[in-house]
Amino acid sequence: MLKKPNKVIEVDAVVVKFAGDSGDGMQLSGSQFSDTSAFAGNDLATFPDFPSEIRAPQGTVAGVSGFQLHIGHKEVDTPGDLADVLIALNPAALKANMKWVKNGATIIIDIDNFDNKYYKKAGYIEDPLGDGTVDGYNVVKAPISQLSKSTVKDLGLDAKSAERTKNQFALGMLYWLFNKDLKYGEEFIENKFGSKKPLLAEANKRVLRSGYNYAETVEALRTTYQINPIKDRKGLFRNITGNIATSWGLIAAAERAGLELYLGSYPITPATEILQELAKMKHFGVKTFQAEDEIAGINSSIGASFAGDLAVTTTSGPGLALKGEAIGLAVITELPLVIVDVQRGGPATGLPTKPEQADLMQALFGRNGESPCVVIAASTPANCFHYAFMAGKIALEHMTPVIMLTDGYLANGSELWNIPKIKDLPEIKPPFVKDNSDYQPYERNPETLVRSWALPGQEGMRHRIGGLEKEDITGNVSHNPLNHEKMVGLREEKVQRVVNCIPELKVSGEDRGDLLVVGWGGSYGALISAVKDCQAEGKKLSLAQFNYIKPMPKNTAEVFSRFSKIIVCELNMGQFANYLRMTFPEFKYLQHNKIQGLPFMISELKEKFNQILEA
Amino acid sequence: MAAEIKIAQLVTKADYKSDQVVKWCAGCGDFAILSAVQSALAESQVRKEDVVFVSGIGCSSRFPYYINTYGFHGLHGRGAAIASGIKIANPKLDVWHITGDGDSMAIGGNHFIHLVRRNIDMNVILFNNKIYGLTKGQYSPTTPRGSITKSSPDGTIENPFKPGELVMGAQGTFFARVVDTEPKRMKEVFLEASKHRGTSVVEVLQNCVIFNNRIHNEITGKEVRDDHQIHLEHGKPMIFGKEKNKGLVLRDSRLDVVTIGKNGITEKDILIHDAHNPDDTTHYMLVRMTLPEYPVATGVIRFCECTGTYNAELELQIEKAKANPEVKSLQELIEKNSFLVE
Repeated sequence: MLKKPNKVIEVDAVVVKFAGDSGDGMQLSGSQFSDTSAFAGNDLATFPDFPSEIRAPQGTVAGVSGFQLHIGHKEVDTPGDLADVLIALNPAALKANMKWVKNGATIIIDIDNFDNKYYKKAGYIEDPLGDGTVDGYNVVKAPISQLSKSTVKDLGLDAKSAERTKNQFALGMLYWLFNKDLKYGEEFIENKFGSKKPLLAEANKRVLRSGYNYAETVEALRTTYQINPIKDRKGLFRNITGNIATSWGLIAAAERAGLELYLGSYPITPATEILQELAKMKHFGVKTFQAEDEIAGINSSIGASFAGDLAVTTTSGPGLALKGEAIGLAVITELPLVIVDVQRGGPATGLPTKPEQADLMQALFGRNGESPCVVIAASTPANCFHYAFMAGKIALEHMTPVIMLTDGYLANGSELWNIPKIKDLPEIKPPFVKDNSDYQPYERNPETLVRSWALPGQEGMRHRIGGLEKEDITGNVSHNPLNHEKMVGLREEKVQRVVNCIPELKVSGEDRGDLLVVGWGGSYGALISAVKDCQAEGKKLSLAQFNYIKPMPKNTAEVFSRFSKIIVCELNMGQFANYLRMTFPEFKYLQHNKIQGLPFMISELKEKFNQILEA
Repeated sequence: MAAEIKIAQLVTKADYKSDQVVKWCAGCGDFAILSAVQSALAESQVRKEDVVFVSGIGCSSRFPYYINTYGFHGLHGRGAAIASGIKIANPKLDVWHITGDGDSMAIGGNHFIHLVRRNIDMNVILFNNKIYGLTKGQYSPTTPRGSITKSSPDGTIENPFKPGELVMGAQGTFFARVVDTEPKRMKEVFLEASKHRGTSVVEVLQNCVIFNNRIHNEITGKEVRDDHQIHLEHGKPMIFGKEKNKGLVLRDSRLDVVTIGKNGITEKDILIHDAHNPDDTTHYMLVRMTLPEYPVATGVIRFCECTGTYNAELELQIEKAKANPEVKSLQELIEKNSFLVE
């Protein structure tokens, strides 16, 4: 066949969305194309979007699993608002995603699944390809299922396995469309199936190439796109999700502290992956304990901490609620403990697979009594590593529980990570005491107010701690009224003094202006993108994204004072805004809130900022 | 982490007395248990710095404050989970978990059965006084049906748990029962528990002098105890009674009380107690025996090391993984699938 002439257009960034039935391999396709783009030197951000059911009825909108990928020649901070290219393997995938594609976008559909039976399942009354639904879009109707099956016909695969190669066909088309080297895709398949399933590896590789070849012949794909490697970036990189970065950050903290890592946890979406990842790390001495419930998870961790491990528990909002009493126990026993809360939509079971930032107040105040602990939040998938490390460092050096907040969006989303050198990470020095010291469990470092740590097994230091109020210095049980007030004050002050060990708040943009956009945690990508766009238009606004929430950086009020207006943007009804009102009542805070189980869109933020700036 | 184990210096009972004032009610059964535990520890000659006592909430759970070891007074019902974390984090430690019938059978029931199921190597002393003492007299999960208490003015309408049944149901490897009026036997049973590798549960029938006084008198009373208790010893016939002439036999798949010398029964017909039998069928029957049909079984009813302990198997998995690591360092792990941009 004659190779058709084609035109290559260079673009800065492109957003691709893969959508099909859960089980169609959309997550795998997304990861494969992410890795390929990363190896090709693009910046990227990804976000998987899947239902909480494992296999909702096939062909229905409820069962659609998606994966969005944003690749760029320049820095990419979010998975993107709307897609330039949608791959829809069935009508339900089309229906679920039409509102998330740009006008005029390319939509690649598996025409083999577009028939009356599937229209009905998807809830279409008529053929969406004929009723105007896709008018104005560049629709590529490819017989993906059929061509995939015929490609592997002679390999002797069973029908189901043959059918399941179709995601590679669609991917092959994308490799053509974006001028990506097939060799990365083939390597990915080789690593995935490798020597264990050579037949499947061969089938998938063949179908990938077959999709590529098919695309080359399609009229609608004559124009292809090139996203050049990102410039001004050097170093060793890899693609990483928030949950994996969190897991590794915890291992790094244990290593730098010279301790073993202990995780007591109970499976809960979207935090489970941390437990699974750490369960594979026994060769680093990591111990994971899958407890009978959330409560046992954290209590076992408190035990492990008492015995001298870097102890961690991981959960999501409902689990944090169950752990509340035990967090209080870690507060009063002043033991190091990291609690990772991968937030999801609530209340109760809420939206298990959707992101929300509504556990902030729970993290800060969701316990009985005066129960202060350090609260920090990661703001990108990759920096979950840093904040998990810092959570471990602060917990160990300040003898306090630290709650680290991430969310489903960071946990499952991915981006490129500039891999650090473990040996260059800061040292972690827990306040251990030597054998046979004149030990008083609640004697404190006068500067930090941190008590020292003696471990069971050490000679000459037998002591008892527990959940009853402690007498200052000795740690004996005390119901003395003034002692209680003193201890409550000391515990709060100890947490407040962590402020001396955290960095100051830096703004992105000019340090004074008309509007300060304030965010915290996982909303960073959308906020920085929107702020940068507005800055490029000449607007005087900056972003202050908080990673340290309790305590907040020392210079917070000073930063706030340099802007005429402040708007706090968060995926809840205004929890951080209210916390700021309580802590710095001298400022007025505008709010932008969204509680849809969805991240912010850059466009909605820009609209809001412009509205305020023009008012 | 823990200092290397040195040759144990001679430890005495006095070494285990703490400087804290013991605040149990005068006449409480807990005093005798504390004393028996201190004696058992002194006799076991375990290194005293390696001993950790962990408790939940309740009268019994104040125990760690009164014994001079490492101690942790936890949350209501959660002692088992805390103790599990301690043992897993540092398997060298000698972990004792102190709990009551409210702490381990009600609020901590879930943790209790899972601890037993996992068979983590520790000793559990369950103070069973069949009442909530610290909250002043409400019924507990072991209170006999029909009992009138502050929270059951018309009598309870719940069937009580027998802790031993839960232990058997959770595939427990060690269960013993003792009464708080027999210090010597208590000490012996605690020593047995500490020798056993796995979760050792000792139920102490303990008297609450204030809210449930004499609840165990039918079992422990001087007049009746010989006839109402059968003290089991491994390898010995199951004989009891003032005259030592009663015994247990197996008939039609159930236990039966017989009198030696009557109906042609001789000592040879009496069952021999095999605490080590991996098959727990007989242990289960022994645990369930209640008055008036049967005597109540005391002593070590089950002592089996037929399955590995959680902590030892985890250590083994870790050793194996370390011997044959997938990656050599954390640096190598995080650099997987990476690419250099120059």
